[in-house]
Amino acid sequence: MELGIVDSIIEQHGKKTWALISILQDIQKYDGYLSADVLRRVSEKMDIPLTRLYGVATFYKSLNLTPQGRHNITVCAGTACHVRKSDNIIKEITNLLKIKPGETTEDREFTLNVVNCLGACAIGPIVVLDGKYHGKMTASKTKDLLNKFRSQL
Amino acid sequence: MRISSINELENFRESIKKRNGRFKKTISICGKTGCCGGDYESRKSVLENELRKNNLEDEVRLIFSGCQGFCEQGPIMVIKPEGITYCKVEAESIPEIIFETLIKGNIIDSLLYKDPVTGNKFIYEKDIPFYKAQNRIISGQNGLLDPTKIEDYIAIGGYSALSKVLMGISSDWIIDQLRISGLRGRGGGGFPTWRKWDSCRKAENNTKYIICNCDEGDPGAYMDRSLLEGNPHLILEGMIIGAYAIGSHTGYIYVRHEYPLAWENAGIAIEQAREIGILGENILGSGFSFDIEIARGGGAFICGESTALIASLEGRAGEPRDKQHLHTVESGLWDKPTVLNNVETWANVPFIINNGAEWYSSIGTKNSKGTKIFSLVGKVKNTGLVEVPMGTTLREIIYEIGGGTPEGSEFKAVQTGGPSGGCIPKKLIDLPVDFDELTKAGAMMGSGGMIVMDETTCMVDLALYFVKFLKEESCGKCLPCREGLKRMDEILTDIVQGGANGGSIELLEELATVMKDASLCGLGKTAPNSVLSTLEYFRDEYIAHVVEKRCPAGVCIDLIRYSIDPEACTGCGACLRNCPYDAIEGERRKTHKILTDMCQKCGTCIEVCKFDAVKII
Repeated sequence: MELGIVDSIIEQHGKKTWALISILQDIQKYDGYLSADVLRRVSEKMDIPLTRLYGVATFYKSLNLTPQGRHNITVCAGTACHVRKSDNIIKEITNLLKIKPGETTEDREFTLNVVNCLGACAIGPIVVLDGKYHGKMTASKTKDLLNKFRSQL
Repeated sequence: MRISSINELENFRESIKKRNGRFKKTISICGKTGCCGGDYESRKSVLENELRKNNLEDEVRLIFSGCQGFCEQGPIMVIKPEGITYCKVEAESIPEIIFETLIKGNIIDSLLYKDPVTGNKFIYEKDIPFYKAQNRIISGQNGLLDPTKIEDYIAIGGYSALSKVLMGISSDWIIDQLRISGLRGRGGGGFPTWRKWDSCRKAENNTKYIICNCDEGDPGAYMDRSLLEGNPHLILEGMIIGAYAIGSHTGYIYVRHEYPLAWENAGIAIEQAREIGILGENILGSGFSFDIEIARGGGAFICGESTALIASLEGRAGEPRDKQHLHTVESGLWDKPTVLNNVETWANVPFIINNGAEWYSSIGTKNSKGTKIFSLVGKVKNTGLVEVPMGTTLREIIYEIGGGTPEGSEFKAVQTGGPSGGCIPKKLIDLPVDFDELTKAGAMMGSGGMIVMDETTCMVDLALYFVKFLKEESCGKCLPCREGLKRMDEILTDIVQGGANGGSIELLEELATVMKDASLCGLGKTAPNSVLSTLEYFRDEYIAHVVEKRCPAGVCIDLIRYSIDPEACTGCGACLRNCPYDAIEGERRKTHKILTDMCQKCGTCIEVCKFDAVKII
């Protein structure tokens, strides 16, 4: 990505350290991940040692250091979803797309993420496909959802 | 418009009330909130169009509210002043509602709430059993306002506690009110709020900070999301009062990145408050200045812990530090005195200031005052957010409000307090819920997640779930937590796979005790709670796994087998068509058979079988 964009995002947040995570998340919106060049630039501009910045980028789950798929599937595995069998949904997606949680398909079409709680426990298990929430999901409903989605790609 | 005095605020309030008073009716409907946000846009446009078409725009006030609590039945629509309540309202039913109910005054039977136990239908919000047994002091405001409109909050008396404080009340009085009220922190620890405020006020430093913790990482809990999303000004008001009491001029709200609507709405609220002079320099002309910023979390459970959250705000990895020798109220954010409270704690403050500490302390039990919001989820009929006085029994919450477990299943246990909490068995169903009683039972209040489980939940699997969760989330700084959780994961995995031997349970217990004693922060110390509490109340299930190599709940896949009941199978072929692993064979209209070698026990066949013919043995 254009390093000029990195600079302007940092400026928007007023270079504040307390906004570091927000800054990195906003930068990540462009390419889906933080490249080595981007991290170097942030380190320079914000005057944060690269080692510490790398520590931050690897510590927080929302930050990626590898390229992501064009479409994001997030499965909630919070307790309420777990007792309503979200495991079966994850297994179904792994079986369909041949990717495990955290992985991206070879064609870079999909990334599968498993998160701990989306805070919408009443309608669990939840599958989020490109930001759209699908509640009360099951393995077979997920299969239908993905097959339908893929046929429209 | 900038309001520069308390009088002006009161005049502004009167003018909004007068404007709102012109409407004959109010429709309040769940807006963009997480559970039913998907079709918000269409609900909104259909509602607005219908009102316009029927010339009702000047007669009906529309409120797109935050979470109204009864998530199982959402989106919820309440028509006032009558309080007519419709459930699962989608765009397509709106024209009928406008025509039948608003214009003709008829009730639409099919949209009413039907009690799953008795089959009775209820017209009015106040009669619905889910609401009736609650005391929704704090969460009840969500249904009265649009979180993106400061006028709505002001109209229901918002910022009047702040005016009262700014009229020259001393910080002594505020802190004393908090002390008498008995308010304890809602984030998990239950530490008396006034003590934090008092120590921070007395700490000598010109710079002090206020932090609102909305890093609600406990899976299964979402009351903080619902408050910050649905009533952000209430949180701001609590924080401004806190800042005034301790002498702080800068505050931060730390919000999980998984809650985009919460930070969006909090951001809008801050902008609006700044615009009219409730945040920023010289608040309401009082000479007191305070401003708030929003920081997003990065997806780390540990950042709910106060010192880890502070490290995160300082732009570092969220690792906690030892609190025994250095308190955050004296040396917190950037080594300055800091008061950090949870969202729900801040939300309680304006009510205490407005209604008085005595009123507040009259609610609840001896050592736990006020109400608590729980997220009642899992295997329960009425899932949603529930606000009850401290001391309400589990039975009242799960059965009277929650309607019990779904048809055909039996209540087994309830898990409270998130990963650091514990499981409470059926025999303790009459336990009054407050800070001390839950701790005594081996669980904890935590932030208020309440996950109901029936006989299809395996307690060993659940303990493993929490251990795996915490293993992933452990920051790795101290050894007992980092290594202890890894070993616990190994031992428990052995148990659920049928490979464990006689000494595993004892080893697990020993390890848990060491972790409890030797971990650095509260999360490490409480990490073994799920194992300890399940061992205490469900030891026989562990023994069944270890000795008999059997999972009584039919969950642990290495210890179970799927089989088709020939009596029940009609040979319809649904399982065969849907099995992702081609592990089912059989001819049409003849009994089907599961090929055990190929079966991955994914559960698809159970889900698609209409005749309940697939059994777990």
